[in-house]
Amino acid sequence: MDFNYLTTIIFLPALGAVIIAFIPGLSNRVIKWLSALFTLVPLALSVYLFAIFDRSSGAIQFEEKLSWIPAINAHYHLGVDGISLPLVILMALLGFLVVLISWKIDLRPREYFAWLLLLETSILGVFCSLDLLLFFLFWEIEVIPMYFLISIWGTGRKEYSAIKYVIYTLFGSAFMLAGILSLYFATGSLSMVDIAQGGMAMVQSVMPAAAIFWLLIIGFAVKLPVFPLHTWLPDAHTDAPTAVSVVLAGALLKMGGYGMIRVCVSIFPQVAQQFALILIVLAVVNVLYGAAITMRQTDLKRLIAYSSVSHMGYVLLGIFALGQVSLVGATMQMFSHGIITGLLFAMAGLVMHNSKERDLRKLGGLARQMPVIAVVFSVAGLASLGLPTTSGFAAEFLVFVGSFTSAAVAGIKLWTILGVLGIVITAGYILWMLQRVFYNSPQDKFNKVKDADFLERVYMFVFVAVIMGVGIYPAILTDVIQAGVMPVMGLLGG
Amino acid sequence: MFIPLFLPELTLAVTAIVVILLDLFLKQKLVLAVVSIAGLLVAAGMTLGMWSSSLPPALIFFNTLAVDSFALFFKLLFLIIAALVILASADYVAKFRRFQGEYYALVLLSALGMMLMAATSELISIYLALELTSISLYVLVGFLKDPKSTEASLKYLLLGAVASAVLLFGMALVFGFTGQTQLGEIAGAIQGMSLAGVLSSPGLIAGMVLMVAGFGFKIAAVPFHMWVPDVYEGAPTPITAYLSVASKAAGFAVILRVFYSAFGLPTWLSLDWGMLFAILAAVGMTVGNIIALPQTNIKRMLGYSSIAQAGYLMVGLATVGFASAGDIAGRSGLLFFLASYALTNLGAFIAIIAISNKLNSDLIADYSGMAKRAPVLALALTLCLISLIGMPPAAGFMAKFYIFSGAVQNGLLWLVIIAVINSVISAYYYLRVVKVMWTGKPASRSKVPSSMALRVALAVSCLGVLALGLVPGFVMKLAEMAAQMFAF
Repeated sequence: MDFNYLTTIIFLPALGAVIIAFIPGLSNRVIKWLSALFTLVPLALSVYLFAIFDRSSGAIQFEEKLSWIPAINAHYHLGVDGISLPLVILMALLGFLVVLISWKIDLRPREYFAWLLLLETSILGVFCSLDLLLFFLFWEIEVIPMYFLISIWGTGRKEYSAIKYVIYTLFGSAFMLAGILSLYFATGSLSMVDIAQGGMAMVQSVMPAAAIFWLLIIGFAVKLPVFPLHTWLPDAHTDAPTAVSVVLAGALLKMGGYGMIRVCVSIFPQVAQQFALILIVLAVVNVLYGAAITMRQTDLKRLIAYSSVSHMGYVLLGIFALGQVSLVGATMQMFSHGIITGLLFAMAGLVMHNSKERDLRKLGGLARQMPVIAVVFSVAGLASLGLPTTSGFAAEFLVFVGSFTSAAVAGIKLWTILGVLGIVITAGYILWMLQRVFYNSPQDKFNKVKDADFLERVYMFVFVAVIMGVGIYPAILTDVIQAGVMPVMGLLGG
Repeated sequence: MFIPLFLPELTLAVTAIVVILLDLFLKQKLVLAVVSIAGLLVAAGMTLGMWSSSLPPALIFFNTLAVDSFALFFKLLFLIIAALVILASADYVAKFRRFQGEYYALVLLSALGMMLMAATSELISIYLALELTSISLYVLVGFLKDPKSTEASLKYLLLGAVASAVLLFGMALVFGFTGQTQLGEIAGAIQGMSLAGVLSSPGLIAGMVLMVAGFGFKIAAVPFHMWVPDVYEGAPTPITAYLSVASKAAGFAVILRVFYSAFGLPTWLSLDWGMLFAILAAVGMTVGNIIALPQTNIKRMLGYSSIAQAGYLMVGLATVGFASAGDIAGRSGLLFFLASYALTNLGAFIAIIAISNKLNSDLIADYSGMAKRAPVLALALTLCLISLIGMPPAAGFMAKFYIFSGAVQNGLLWLVIIAVINSVISAYYYLRVVKVMWTGKPASRSKVPSSMALRVALAVSCLGVLALGLVPGFVMKLAEMAAQMFAF
């Protein structure tokens, strides 16, 4: 392995950000093209990695390891396996698409695109890091661009939402830091791989592994988000600019789910089994409570935001059902939800931008003025409620089958059945939302509203193609994810 | 024969005198800054030379002065800080009609005092070094000669004098019960006593506690922090920066040497003062952070923030108390934190100096829209504030990680959890400044200019902050070396 693929993928956007921020006199047009270029190349490279990924091996691939801080035994250690690679592709894809989605930004575009690219670097870094310190570094860096993106380019109570987001995240990562430090103390290593393979005995001999597990879980639970730590999410989503909502729902929330699999489950398999039931109950609460609240929303973006809370419940359910199929399903759900909700937010953004209205009670009949958006929004909505031939169906089906049949947790069947009820409510709020936006009687005030333009149709097409592609042939992803889940199952003793 | 080991200090003393003399004859006062910086750099070069020649740790001048890598680390730190402060003062000082030479000379002399503080290993010399530092700083704080500055100076002087008295009293008690003033010999005397002997002499413990109180004033530990906000607000901004980093670092250097060398053993004694520092740390960071929340003046805010940072630093001191004598984790963490905090806070203050040169105001509200008027300054200040929160990619993150990891290793997880939650609280007020700068409407369209000297100083500190945040290996290595080599 001569070429450092992962380093290139991670740091190209950051390089783009530096160029955009510090070279004076770039026109807005050039800035946008540069952003597109610096996100397209990582996307192409990650797709290439996906193509040459060895699907028969559960090992970490494309590994890079350099000594970083000898004093604390920290390494610059990157690598992807079947669990992280789909998320890398997801972020790279969304990273490129959000540049297209942001094409109409003209408020301080230089800073905007610089922060957006930096955000991509940090999220990619989280998914690729195999060293806990490096992981945490990227995890924390992500907060800074988000803060600026929401507080400068947002709408409504943007400054409140931005600081709320930051405080929640830092609160979670404060506990995570304490967890990482304890883990480091107990094992003397910061390498996720080494600790997962051999650290357990040492962990238990020094302090209760359960304590470390919970310290770490809190950090991830804030991000996923898990009830009752979810209240930052609707605010942040509602007030963030469209593109940021897309990244936030699409990739950022997945950092929580990914961290749970990579750190909590892989390093503490026994503890995870011990406490799985608590987390599964929380997952079902997430699903049902999230869905119930979604029904009540009258703001278009807030509705989609709450639907994320509900859908992330499935991820949590899949992870802590601790079955092979359920873990594949959870990872699949992370990817699929990233694309679907990304598209939902992009469409909501278009509706809001074109019609200048976001209140569901005042919207209506827009299918007449914006047929293309109406169709694509409907596709995204149907995918979100899990219609077959969309990726949403494949993912949720795997989560439910996997959880229902999982032998790892007692009483899981009941909880899974309760979780399935969420689908019904989802169908309710999605269809009701579509009806209120597009299908009531047309209103005169929207007569001049335009449909999607060419560029918007391009990215819509990409989203829909991925949703349908994965929905029709899920094996393209499940093969890879399966390879990543096998070692985790090995640790779980299943 | 000791002279070669004392050269950096001598160089600094000579430079200070030269600066005062030159001031009599020269019209162009900028030369004074150049001479001062040259002197500092020469001294820094000598210090580096002494370090790289890896001499064995030595005690000179009748065992009163240690030349070990611990002292060298701090000397280097003080020299760099003093150079940056002088660089940042060049414009500021031009406002004064008179006494520009004295200003530079006093900065140099206080740096000399701090270097001695880091090196002395005998109670009376420690006191002398401390007073040399303090008296120079009392004068510097009052240099603006407006009511606020004068009040600040008087307050600093009076409270400082009380703290000195308390310190002296503590030293006297320790001397009374051990019969020694040299740190190593005090340690020998204490270890020679039986447990019952130490317990039956509460005066020794009282002396230790009084010394903590005296030094606590220097490092702005709660409850000895009352002077901080007023002095920080009233003093000339470069001096505020100087106080907040160098004076604090010197305080920590002395505490570390005294407590590690003299009171490091027996273990129950070090556990005692370790717990004392752990409690001071928990109280200090909480009080500092909570009072910083409602501040509207940025210098006052940073004053309270520095009280909180002293709390984080005392986590390192507590670790030293709890760790076994051979374990360097606490000490090296403390040294690294001091280096990164020094660069960070200096960077923040230099940006503030540049901005207040134009605005003539230190109110946070007046920073509105600074990102438009001075994008580079705003970015630099943002980086430093992020570093103070303890977020990557800045130095503050690595510093906290390093110092907290030492604490966790010695069973202080509870303190670390308090500390990380405090970091979250602090994010709120640091980010308030960031918010005002980046989302506020600019009050006027005029740009905020900054001189070359300020830009150089700012660039050095910001690059340092980034370097310590991303590739801290080298400085951590230095800190570890410094933490290992003690002569006492």
